[in-house]
Amino acid sequence: MRSFTNIPEQIENALAKVAGTPSRRTLLKSAGLFAISVAAVGPGALVRQAKAQAAADTAGPYPDPDFRQVDSWIVIHEDNSATFSVGKTDCGQGTGTSFRQIMSDELDVAFEKTTCIMGSTDVTVDQGGSGGSTAMERDSWPMRRVAAEGRRVLLEMGSARLGVPVNQLSVSDGIITVKNDPSKRVTYGELIGGKRFNVTLTGNNINATTGKARVKTLQEFKNIGQTPQRYDIPAKVDGSLKWAVDMKLAGMVHARNVKPPLAGAKLLSIDESSVRNLPGFVKVVSKGNYVAVVCEREEQAINAAKKLVVHWDRPATPPFPSSENLFSYMREVMPKSSSKPVIVGNPETAFKDAAMVIEADYDIPYQGHTSFSPAHALADPSNGLMTIYSNDMKSYGMRRGVAEFLGMPREKVRVVWMEGPQGFGRTAAEDAGAEAAYLAKEIGRPVRMQWMRSEETAWDTKAPAFAVKIRGALDSAGNVVALDYDARSADYNHVGYNEADTVLIAQLMGIRRETPAAGSASLPGEMYEIPNRRMGMHVVSLPMVWETPLRTGNLRDPNGPQSTFASESFIDEMAVAAKADPYEFRMKLLTSGTGDDANFKRARSIAALKSAAETYGWDRRPSPKGRGTGEILTGRGIAYAFRGQTIAAEIAEVEVNRRTGHVWVKRLVCAHDCGLMINPQSLRHTVECAMLHSVSRALHEEVQFDTEKVTSVDWNSHPTLTNADTPERLDVVLINGDPNPNRPDLAPYGAGETACKPMLAAIANAIHDATGVRLRRVPFRAPRVLAALKAAQV
Amino acid sequence: MSLTLKVNGTSHTVDADPSTPLLYILRNDIGLTGPRFGCGLGQCGACTVIINGAAMRSCVMPLSAVKSEVTTLEGIAKDGKLHPLQQTWIDEQVPQCGFCQNGQIMTAKALLDKNPKPSDAQIREAMNRTLCRCMTYYRVNAAIKRAAGMIAEDRSAGRKEVLA
Repeated sequence: MRSFTNIPEQIENALAKVAGTPSRRTLLKSAGLFAISVAAVGPGALVRQAKAQAAADTAGPYPDPDFRQVDSWIVIHEDNSATFSVGKTDCGQGTGTSFRQIMSDELDVAFEKTTCIMGSTDVTVDQGGSGGSTAMERDSWPMRRVAAEGRRVLLEMGSARLGVPVNQLSVSDGIITVKNDPSKRVTYGELIGGKRFNVTLTGNNINATTGKARVKTLQEFKNIGQTPQRYDIPAKVDGSLKWAVDMKLAGMVHARNVKPPLAGAKLLSIDESSVRNLPGFVKVVSKGNYVAVVCEREEQAINAAKKLVVHWDRPATPPFPSSENLFSYMREVMPKSSSKPVIVGNPETAFKDAAMVIEADYDIPYQGHTSFSPAHALADPSNGLMTIYSNDMKSYGMRRGVAEFLGMPREKVRVVWMEGPQGFGRTAAEDAGAEAAYLAKEIGRPVRMQWMRSEETAWDTKAPAFAVKIRGALDSAGNVVALDYDARSADYNHVGYNEADTVLIAQLMGIRRETPAAGSASLPGEMYEIPNRRMGMHVVSLPMVWETPLRTGNLRDPNGPQSTFASESFIDEMAVAAKADPYEFRMKLLTSGTGDDANFKRARSIAALKSAAETYGWDRRPSPKGRGTGEILTGRGIAYAFRGQTIAAEIAEVEVNRRTGHVWVKRLVCAHDCGLMINPQSLRHTVECAMLHSVSRALHEEVQFDTEKVTSVDWNSHPTLTNADTPERLDVVLINGDPNPNRPDLAPYGAGETACKPMLAAIANAIHDATGVRLRRVPFRAPRVLAALKAAQV
Repeated sequence: MSLTLKVNGTSHTVDADPSTPLLYILRNDIGLTGPRFGCGLGQCGACTVIINGAAMRSCVMPLSAVKSEVTTLEGIAKDGKLHPLQQTWIDEQVPQCGFCQNGQIMTAKALLDKNPKPSDAQIREAMNRTLCRCMTYYRVNAAIKRAAGMIAEDRSAGRKEVLA
């Protein structure tokens, strides 16, 4: 018997709990493979059975599961149930349940008899984990095609078993029957339960993976479009689920980081005697400017990290301007890079000839991911291997990054993905995995790393700040004739994917790329028919580039909320200038379009705007509404955006307290079109939560800093929307604006992020409608709103 | 130092510094991971447990201050039956990621134990300091209303049985 590493029973059970599956041991037993290896279990093990001998010659026991094998994706058990393995992670939108719906439809097994394993690098193929709202839009396709191929193969096997041609067979819930003699039947479990398909797939890359079978049409779906309950929820409400944060191993120790007190501070010396005699002390580990303390117990590590005396050298020059001076800095500094502007028509002439030209600057600050749980991971260095138990949404990226960072062969490193808090993109570069692995290797014991709240809020990745200037030209009839959009984003050190030379521990240790991975600014969606346009983007850098707490990362729709706040506020400003109703103004710009309308995006945009306006009961009139005399001013605003092929039109109704400046978003509407809906209830919940996340970003969220450090360090200094501030009413209208809504090939588009985009502008537009005051700086916290109202003598 | 505390009906003796926050004792010594670390500052509510009928933040409560029985998320189901709040949490599909939901459920339980028929405004007020970064507040509030209804029905059903 060959055993690569020891996995404690509790971890096995916890893993089983995560996936809602029988434990891996059980799975193995049913597959008749228990003797092969305790570590290499699950569907990946089926593939690796053939490789088991070869593994001895390769660099390690965790080679990449082969995506060109049906066995890497699907295991049929003797009891006619099925386990699906997908290279995705679930950040809370219920994607695992949706994948089960999709694959059980294509395979023709009963949904209730399926389970799903996600994102563990040694047993699930590398689909990249989560990100970019790609779960249904892109990554469900190989799953569908592989499951369809599984069905085709099983029907052929059934045909041979029953002695009847395939075209005389039907299949439902994993039971194949002869059409004209239903007494003749055989189940999938009887045909292949516990055995391998041994069917090779084709495709140049994982997204192109396919067999020979065709996928089903809209009309053939049974589970897609239904709303089965999410399988992960029961264990989340009875407290039985073991999350990544809950993992424990025998002999495990606890680690806490000691971060530089000032950004850019250099480590001079560590006085280890300050903690050496504390109870449970194990070790101080440091390299470059990275410092961590390790203790036997968690509270001991927290205490020791507080007490450790470290001498730091103050940086010679301030690492960044203060958050109050950020936007003047961003506008004045020479950009690090500028895109070639997109120019349509002749904007210069159009501006010269215009009846009216308006111009506005919009400022969107850094906003934090501020994940609900600070970063955490447990790393096990047993037997010269490295296993990391992590909630990293891109577990495959973490595996690559950690292997490279530690100088280990990838085949000796694996990441076991487990549930974690949403991170809205934070866990694409979640830092703790590499830290835990580094410390585990140093100490030779399993290490659990957990960041503290102040550390997470100050040092997590940030959505880049944007400074946007827009000019617009109107003719004498109030038609938009030209638009000039120019965006600057402070996005010069953009990190993601836990790369070995960008993860924070590497930056602090001085391991760096030649040039940082710059992010980008972003253009607004170009659906409006504006004949003359110029659009430019620039990336600017703060003075401090590396080991900064203002590293940027992908915060839910990385740049969309920022660019859309500017562009959809400005469309409203032009509507005001034209004395037009803001809904009608947008419809006019959309309906006059004659350009590209791939996937009927314009038709679907028009349908979404109409649906939102009808749901809300939009009263057509120009803004502002005209202030009353009371303390509370009310108004409504609209904004719309698309992301990829997904459309979201949103309306916000606000109450603005004239005396305090407090803004309450009282009512919200979103009309949402993402094509084929896999699970409408999960979709509705996802959209609802995305809208409210952006309400929080509009009203509360801003990373504040002085010229030396981030001063937003907790939920008071980086506040978030609370229960009492939630709107009184919120309507999500799920629409399908396709001209042929029952197209057999109707495709699903992404849904995780689009609804985040228009909300900031919808709220700003509503505040303007209520007060006549235009807020061009996010967030709309009460003091800022009050100051603006006072300045306008409201 | 050895200290004894009662959690979910069972006594546990733990060897830890008395200043240790209760949260770490529950999670690391007793193995109850329903309560979770979110901030360590008593701001978010992820660590909430119930002591003497009140929702308490175990991340800022030293072990030495624990004088009464502690109830955690794992301890509110009775006789194998989920607490009504846990059931309505499933019925309403409340969680997005679910990380904060220990705090939501335990805070809601302390509310319903004191006020079995809270108004919408009372629910919002009682839940206002329990944060959810996924913003599941609507579903939290809907599930609390539904659970309050379930509890009321159970009680009236119970009374009938007594009368019968």
